[in-house]
Amino acid sequence: MKNKTSTNISSKQKNVLFSKSNYKWSREEESDSFAQKVKLFRQGKLSEDDFRRFRLQHGAYGSRLQMNYSMVRIKIPSGEISPEQLEKIANLSEAFSIGSAHVSTRQNIQLHWVQLEDVSEVMRGLAEVGLTTREACGNTVRNVMCSHFAGVCPEEAFDATAYAKAIARFFIRNPMCQNLPRKFKINFGCCNKHGLVRIADIGLIPVIMDGERGFKIYLGGGLGAASFIGHLLEDFTPENKLLSTSMATIRLFDRHGNRENMARNRMRYLVHEMGWDKFQKMVLKERSIVQMTTAASTAKLFDIGAEETEQLPKTEHTMVKLPILKEQVTTTESPSYERWLHTNVVPQKHWGYFTVFVTLGAGDITANQLRVLAGTIRDFSVESAARNTPQQNLAIRFVKENDLNEFYNRLASVGLANPGALTIASAVGCSGTTSCNLAITNSHRLAKEVQHKFLELGFDTDDDLRDSTIKISGCPNSCGQHEIATIGFFGGASRIGTAMAPTYTMLFGGSAEEQGELGKAIMRVPAKRVIDTICRIVEIYKQEKSNTETLKQWINKIVRGEGTGNMKSIENIKTALTSFTHLPPVEQEPELYRDYGTDIKFNAKTARGECAA
Amino acid sequence: MCRLKVKLEDKNVDDSNNDNLLSIICTIDTLRTLIKKKLVRVVDVRKAEDYQQEHIPTAVSLPLAVLLEKDTPEGVVDILESLGISDKMPTVIYDDTFGALAARVAWTFQYVGHTNTALLEVTFSHWKNLGLETDKNINTFPKTQHSLNINYDIHADAPYVEMVKEQPNKILVDSRERLNFLTEHIPGAKNIPYTMVGSINNSSSILRKPEEIKRFIYNRGITSDSEVITYCGSVGTLSGLTYYALKLAGVKNVKLYSKSFREWKSLGKPKEEFKDANYWDLSAE
Repeated sequence: MKNKTSTNISSKQKNVLFSKSNYKWSREEESDSFAQKVKLFRQGKLSEDDFRRFRLQHGAYGSRLQMNYSMVRIKIPSGEISPEQLEKIANLSEAFSIGSAHVSTRQNIQLHWVQLEDVSEVMRGLAEVGLTTREACGNTVRNVMCSHFAGVCPEEAFDATAYAKAIARFFIRNPMCQNLPRKFKINFGCCNKHGLVRIADIGLIPVIMDGERGFKIYLGGGLGAASFIGHLLEDFTPENKLLSTSMATIRLFDRHGNRENMARNRMRYLVHEMGWDKFQKMVLKERSIVQMTTAASTAKLFDIGAEETEQLPKTEHTMVKLPILKEQVTTTESPSYERWLHTNVVPQKHWGYFTVFVTLGAGDITANQLRVLAGTIRDFSVESAARNTPQQNLAIRFVKENDLNEFYNRLASVGLANPGALTIASAVGCSGTTSCNLAITNSHRLAKEVQHKFLELGFDTDDDLRDSTIKISGCPNSCGQHEIATIGFFGGASRIGTAMAPTYTMLFGGSAEEQGELGKAIMRVPAKRVIDTICRIVEIYKQEKSNTETLKQWINKIVRGEGTGNMKSIENIKTALTSFTHLPPVEQEPELYRDYGTDIKFNAKTARGECAA
Repeated sequence: MCRLKVKLEDKNVDDSNNDNLLSIICTIDTLRTLIKKKLVRVVDVRKAEDYQQEHIPTAVSLPLAVLLEKDTPEGVVDILESLGISDKMPTVIYDDTFGALAARVAWTFQYVGHTNTALLEVTFSHWKNLGLETDKNINTFPKTQHSLNINYDIHADAPYVEMVKEQPNKILVDSRERLNFLTEHIPGAKNIPYTMVGSINNSSSILRKPEEIKRFIYNRGITSDSEVITYCGSVGTLSGLTYYALKLAGVKNVKLYSKSFREWKSLGKPKEEFKDANYWDLSAE
């Protein structure tokens, strides 16, 4: 049966349809009710616990050690966002936040340090353009992700975007998932490489079998203090069972999930403790119950065709083969443009169209940049939308070849034309100590420092490094997705004598592809030595690699203990790096006892996390 | 949208007519009418060289820096007199800095007793973009008399601000941007950044609609009966804009701490700082 599964289709598609992002996720009245609840809370008429639960259900986290401020998480279902929405976020960030917005690793856009009393105004503004923060946090179905290549990926069976949005529409505000044991994440992929399907509670890859659309569905994956890779439910789940499978899984989690132990209440623990075979049988059984008992009127709420679609106009240009790895780029007079083409632009399955990536620093973008980007999208993207990516960048699709140069110039005018989006230089960093209660280290700044250094060193132009990734979390909880990085880091603290130093645990060999594995912890590295350590690893790799081996392949080989030459195993590389990772006493190197972004002595101050509230 | 109480029925009004009172914001249409009728003094507070290139017809030049050099009640009265502004002359002020410089100058005029002062609803750039008339003449008017009648109710100094902490009915508002506020501020201050009440990107008006500002400050526990003192980083420009935003929203008792945080720090007064988070690293600037 497996052999009949197909993920390949013609690269020259005709009659391509894409959805217009016109769905209204918001409800105006939720802004008023939030404002009222804040008043009640301030007047002492609403308990702190009740208010926290309400606040999280509406997408507002408490900020680091300052509960008068919130991080407002804007859901972008499937990652698709219109220019009008980007402009609104720009205005709101200027009025109520810090003048910059932040692209998260799960296709949300976050506004940080918003005064609690202003959150309702942010929600009101978002509602004007159809966006919501509802259930962006809390114990419910979080933002439904979809690969940013969905609809343009040459390897995909079909575009999963409409399915992702239909699932998001069905579950948002749905009574069945308002009080789950814990948060619940659903990720749609395009092919077996993109979409993070193995690290979600439900991960789905579109496939076509015998002419019928359906999915390969993975259950029980997820990253965190303890991470698991999802299990394949069955070889093929036809599209007419997408809803019932999802409902069955959520119902089981709701019924059997651990509501006692906050630290072990994600569905992946349930699957792990119960055993996959048992869980799998329960899902299949529950699914048949769901199918028999779901009212037709409920099933109708799952509507894949709810959004208007538009037909893609044919391009009149002949395509010159462009920026793919190791291919000659069409030459221009500008080396920086050429570099950008090589590292930020990929051809789509549609003849003559390209997807352009906008490189952000750990996901941050200013209000002014958002406005210029919105205008550029309107002028040059035929689908007139952006998708945010788990790499904390933005992908602008359906750009014609002849427009690439002007597109670049427009981005460059506001400092958005940095190269390296699709390379090792585009380091991911969660918000860390810039705003998160749980963070121990400033992972956010470190990711920006890594990007800056790598672009300076030209790592983005080195095709041997291109498919490697660097991902950094400020604590073990994996918002920076360090376990799916080629080289990942999570923050902690090390004590030498009485002094505390910010350090990172380094992991090797993670990947989020369908066949990927989680990274293996290697050793601790002082925060201020992380960049030097990566550079040293690259040096060793260059000395040791066999001809065509990329850094990623070389690292995976070492993790498996199949390395050659001087670097056969993890132990060899640990020995080679000891001089970089050694932490001397504070008197010798005081700099190692300070984190990025501060000149005060490091202390591992944290407060209660709200993820599990 | 008409926020103006000017009565133009009487064709012969002159600047001694009491009815000829401006509201906080002067609309484009009203200003153009007043200019045609020669019933207004328009004050351009941009840099002198910008004024020399072009300006709104009949406008006189008063760069903010010039005013700040003579920023005593007597000095300001001198300025008013030299610009030909007499006690009741309707005066409309504009800038090209989203209204903040104009607001500081307007507040200063009102502080020394020139109550009939308004902010133009748009910046000069916006005026230009609308294709409205400008001129290049260096306009001067005969020196007049202006009385000095200080309005102490709209001014706050450091000792006054220092007392606010013990008085829950008084609210201190910091108008700077959020990251500056988090870094350090006067103890007890609330942060209403100028970007919240101004409409920096929506250039149809320098301030948001009154009903919006009303809602924002209501959320923050500020009512029309609250006493509010505004301040910002250096000379009271951003907080000047906030001063007028609050007035527009109907707050009766607003004061400007015109010497603001710069003076506060130089006096070695206490500050609140927040060092537990690296929030600056979230900025993409």
